[in-house]
Amino acid sequence: MSYSFTNAKEWGLRQPWSLWWIQVRRVVGLETRRNLFAWRAAWIYFLAFAPTAIIALHLLIDRNIGNQIAEDTDVLAAIVQFYYIRLAIFFGCLGVFSRLIRGEMVERSLHYYLLSPVRREVLLLAKFFAGASSAVVLFGAAVLADFTLIYLRFGAAGYDFVFNGPGLGQLEAYLGIAVLACLGYGSVFLLLSMLFKNPTPAAMLVMGWEAINPILPSLLQKISVASYLRHLMPVNVPGQGIFALLTVNTEPVAPWVATLGVLIVTAVVVTMSCYRMRRLEIRYTTE
Amino acid sequence: MIDRIIFEDVSKFYGEVLGVNRVTLSLAPGVTTFVGPNGSGKTTLMNLMTGLVQPTRGHIRVLGMSPENATEFFRAVGYCTQFDSFPRGVTGWEFVYDSLMLHGISADQARALSQEALTRVNMGEAANRKIAGYSKGMRQKIRLAQSLAHHPRVLVLDEPLNGLDPMARAESLALFEALGRLGMYVVISSHVLEEVDRIADRVVLMAGGYIVAEGNIHQVRQEVREKPMQVLIRCEHPEVLASRIFQLNHCVEARLHPDNQGVFVRTQEVDQFYMVLNQIAAEGVVKIEGVAPADDDANAIYQYLIGSDGGVS
Repeated sequence: MSYSFTNAKEWGLRQPWSLWWIQVRRVVGLETRRNLFAWRAAWIYFLAFAPTAIIALHLLIDRNIGNQIAEDTDVLAAIVQFYYIRLAIFFGCLGVFSRLIRGEMVERSLHYYLLSPVRREVLLLAKFFAGASSAVVLFGAAVLADFTLIYLRFGAAGYDFVFNGPGLGQLEAYLGIAVLACLGYGSVFLLLSMLFKNPTPAAMLVMGWEAINPILPSLLQKISVASYLRHLMPVNVPGQGIFALLTVNTEPVAPWVATLGVLIVTAVVVTMSCYRMRRLEIRYTTE
Repeated sequence: MIDRIIFEDVSKFYGEVLGVNRVTLSLAPGVTTFVGPNGSGKTTLMNLMTGLVQPTRGHIRVLGMSPENATEFFRAVGYCTQFDSFPRGVTGWEFVYDSLMLHGISADQARALSQEALTRVNMGEAANRKIAGYSKGMRQKIRLAQSLAHHPRVLVLDEPLNGLDPMARAESLALFEALGRLGMYVVISSHVLEEVDRIADRVVLMAGGYIVAEGNIHQVRQEVREKPMQVLIRCEHPEVLASRIFQLNHCVEARLHPDNQGVFVRTQEVDQFYMVLNQIAAEGVVKIEGVAPADDDANAIYQYLIGSDGGVS
């Protein structure tokens, strides 16, 4: 029997940084495939594209457009602020990110990664990026589709609003908000899934925290994803009725501060997850 | 020593439950088998060795490396666990290939190594089918292929013969033996003693989280020399021999073989017994055709040591 032991030189294996980069790309590829092309992700697709379907239906049924661009702009802002940020991206990220580590422990397949020559921190970061890119692709595409459908029916006026007016800037802001929401909530749910066997109750607490955030002292208000995102909204939608419960009214914050705030929250939480990953033990019998 | 697998006073507690306690081992190249009943700590020891769990106390070094440096460590180590589960929706080929790609090697290298590993475990033809449709034996083989595809120096196998048919068992054992002869560190756990003690260079007997004996099968037998040893003497007129043997103080049992062509003797002083047997043979009273230890296998030793046959409890 011919057999030779692993020889890093013969395999042309690289120095750590380039190797880690290759490993991150490969893990992201594998995980993104599992996140986006699996039947169990169907409910996240539904969450993301439910408003798109409703807008498309509305487009088909109600052909009386009148001069509603301003009104529909408010509607889109409300969809992003109240539906995507507070519900769809929140629960979508809960589904995507809690599967990355805890889901694999439940399915008893995480050990294959832990027995591969990938540093645990690199693995966790790769999984985080995979989750983030899956969520961003889904919800970014959904926001883009919503935006397109809303302004499509206005024809030349819609074109003018988008390309010569504030439309494109608003789209950029919505997409940026979607990306930041995916990163912020994703990091939180990734950590929660590593701390708790069932992260859903903890996620509900996070939701409650986000809801009561406006009445907390200003220092505590900073520990919230939604409060930062609120400051990035290009169109201000005042909460009325039940939406008032979902509206965050924090002190005004500059957009760059809000962006940095979400990124810092994300970085801190991901670092905590890395530390947790380092000490993670495989004990499937207790799952 | 960087050419050994070293366990230094290693203990692992799961809360208040003991996994293993005060294990000190130094494993050389070749085939080592961890033998013990369920719950004896075999899997814990393997999981500790590969970093899936961390020791509560003590240190483990595998060829001078620690699992904390995963890049270096898992290039040299392959672990075929007992967990019969896989990532969803993958084929056997994808399972092996995807694992290899995480080593940072090129796609061509990964393809070649995947093909080689799958051929080695006779899974070449089924490789393109989804693992979900595999039999238990095929799943065992594909895990084995994945664990050795990257040509590790250390191969850790937790109950690798589970679910395999007799032919596949024989092939697997031959493969492990051959890898051991090539200088690989092959560490196998099993509770099917007869299968592994034939290929093992050394055995580590475990019970209740402790190592009760270690060494090659004969050394282990030596360690328990104060225990009565059973010898089978093939002869004519075994009843005559049995009556003579009963006169010896150190012989605690003499039992005729079912075919009436021999006698089993259990003695506490095997050296003295052989001297007396020589005398009996010289007297010509009984014509002795053969003498052989009847319990110099892992199963018998296990019975001596822990009062169990090492089977599934």
